[in-house]
Amino acid sequence: MKYINNTVVMKRMKTRLNLNKIWKMIFLFATSLALLALVLLLIRIISQGTGYLNWDFLNNFGSRFPEKAGIKAALVGSFYLMLVIAPVSMFIGVGTAIYLEEYAKKNKITDFIQMNISNLAGVPSIAFGLLGLTIFVRMFALGKSILAAGFTMSLLILPVIIVAAQEAIRAVPKEQREASYGMGATKWQTITRVVLPSAIPGILTGSILALSRAVGETAPLVVLGIPVILQFLPDGLLSQFTTLPLQIFDWAKRPQEEFQYVAAAGIIVLMIFLVIMNSIAITIRNKFQKRY
Amino acid sequence: MVDLKTKNENEKLIIKSPSQVDREASPSIEKSTVFETKNFDLWYGDHHALKDINLSIKENEVSAIIGPSGCGKSTYIKALNRMVELVPSARTTGEIIYRGRNIFDASYEVEELRTRVGMVFQKPNPFPKSIYDNIAYGPRIHGIKNKKILDEIVEKSLRGAAIWDEVKDRLNQNAYGLSGGQQQRICIARCLAIEPDVILMDEPTSALDPISTLKVEELVQELKDNYSIVIVTHNMQQAARISDKTAFFLNGEVVEFDNTDKIFSTPTDQRTEDYISGRFG
Repeated sequence: MKYINNTVVMKRMKTRLNLNKIWKMIFLFATSLALLALVLLLIRIISQGTGYLNWDFLNNFGSRFPEKAGIKAALVGSFYLMLVIAPVSMFIGVGTAIYLEEYAKKNKITDFIQMNISNLAGVPSIAFGLLGLTIFVRMFALGKSILAAGFTMSLLILPVIIVAAQEAIRAVPKEQREASYGMGATKWQTITRVVLPSAIPGILTGSILALSRAVGETAPLVVLGIPVILQFLPDGLLSQFTTLPLQIFDWAKRPQEEFQYVAAAGIIVLMIFLVIMNSIAITIRNKFQKRY
Repeated sequence: MVDLKTKNENEKLIIKSPSQVDREASPSIEKSTVFETKNFDLWYGDHHALKDINLSIKENEVSAIIGPSGCGKSTYIKALNRMVELVPSARTTGEIIYRGRNIFDASYEVEELRTRVGMVFQKPNPFPKSIYDNIAYGPRIHGIKNKKILDEIVEKSLRGAAIWDEVKDRLNQNAYGLSGGQQQRICIARCLAIEPDVILMDEPTSALDPISTLKVEELVQELKDNYSIVIVTHNMQQAARISDKTAFFLNGEVVEFDNTDKIFSTPTDQRTEDYISGRFG
């Protein structure tokens, strides 16, 4: 008794192959749609913004006059903000991930913590702004400083970094750890020499996404009361500052039409900022991937 | 359970005439005991995986552990270097004495034990690093930084694992590029690099082709002169070929532990005979 009838198989073959093609087209369509939206956005921004994009724009402070308005304070402010967010969020995020994956015993408490971390990733950013306002700006009296904003933003992106780092650490094969422990390595040696080198590409991928989000985030900063236009550069981490998205937001809501073009120029600067930041992270990641 | 009577008789025999007992007669009168397992029990959660194990493993011998799947043989070998502790639900009672100290004593640091008791795993598990860095891993974690000393250790270990000639020209290449059999010998070399006293092998040839298996088996025979080896194997012919002593595990118990010759020719227990003659398992 044969269960597979060849004629039926050949008849169905055509349907199967067609279905295969149809789904390929659907996925291609989805990709094209996303790409199209991105391209249209870029074309519009670039055509509007390039006119205002010159050295003066980068080197001037904010102004009432569109032709004099510049992005210097915001650019430097965003850079300083990154200097706080990147180390703080990555140290705490990766540290938490290592603890949860490598040290913590699996029990109800860790399950509870795990669940909360995942939930935190879905909390609206404005809620983190309110938290930052209460804790960092008022309780620790850091004011509307880079440090206060940096800590707030770090909290905002921590869940994403933790979850990404956990996934990356979990993906390191158990056999690798066993090999290391089997030779008398301590937990710390195993983590630094075996687990992290293999996990770093994954950790960085998650961190890049999270940091990009932090660079573009506006809402928590509005809640913290970060000023939008400053006529000076920050002189330290406790100094006042402004950031690129805040500055762009301010320009975009102004009535004069020229400021729309200034905002577009600001967006171009923000995108270049992001591209540079991501390139650095990707370079580091590739260096590790090549080594192993 | 060990047939205590047989064991005691053996010990007497060893004292009287070692050459009769030991196939590979050693010059010393009595081989010293490396591992003495006393009334050892192990649970994974509610599952009683090892029941009242009593075994003694002698120096410079190959001790094979055979038995059907799930009989606890891998669990036992992993208890010897406390790798079982990586399983959160594992719980033990009883003692395993290694060179006079109970390895489960609170004061016994597991890192110290594993420095003396190396392990080769079932699936070759080299690190995704160069061959050199794989071998140097152990010495490095124990604090050796001198490049010249490391070079010597790497060469000595690779020679010891009979793979030096195959890899000496590509020490800086990733160990993942080697064949499965070569990877396993790299893992053995990596284990030798920490200069252990005992080498535990958990089915080291189960993922290898027959030629690689043969090479590893020959290697085990050579290593015996300098190390004590405990090897878990699915393959009864392998146990018969390479071991001096064989323990037959069944359902978490030691059914019989004796000289390999005896186990495979005139086993005392009916279950052992059934197993080695292929009636089950």
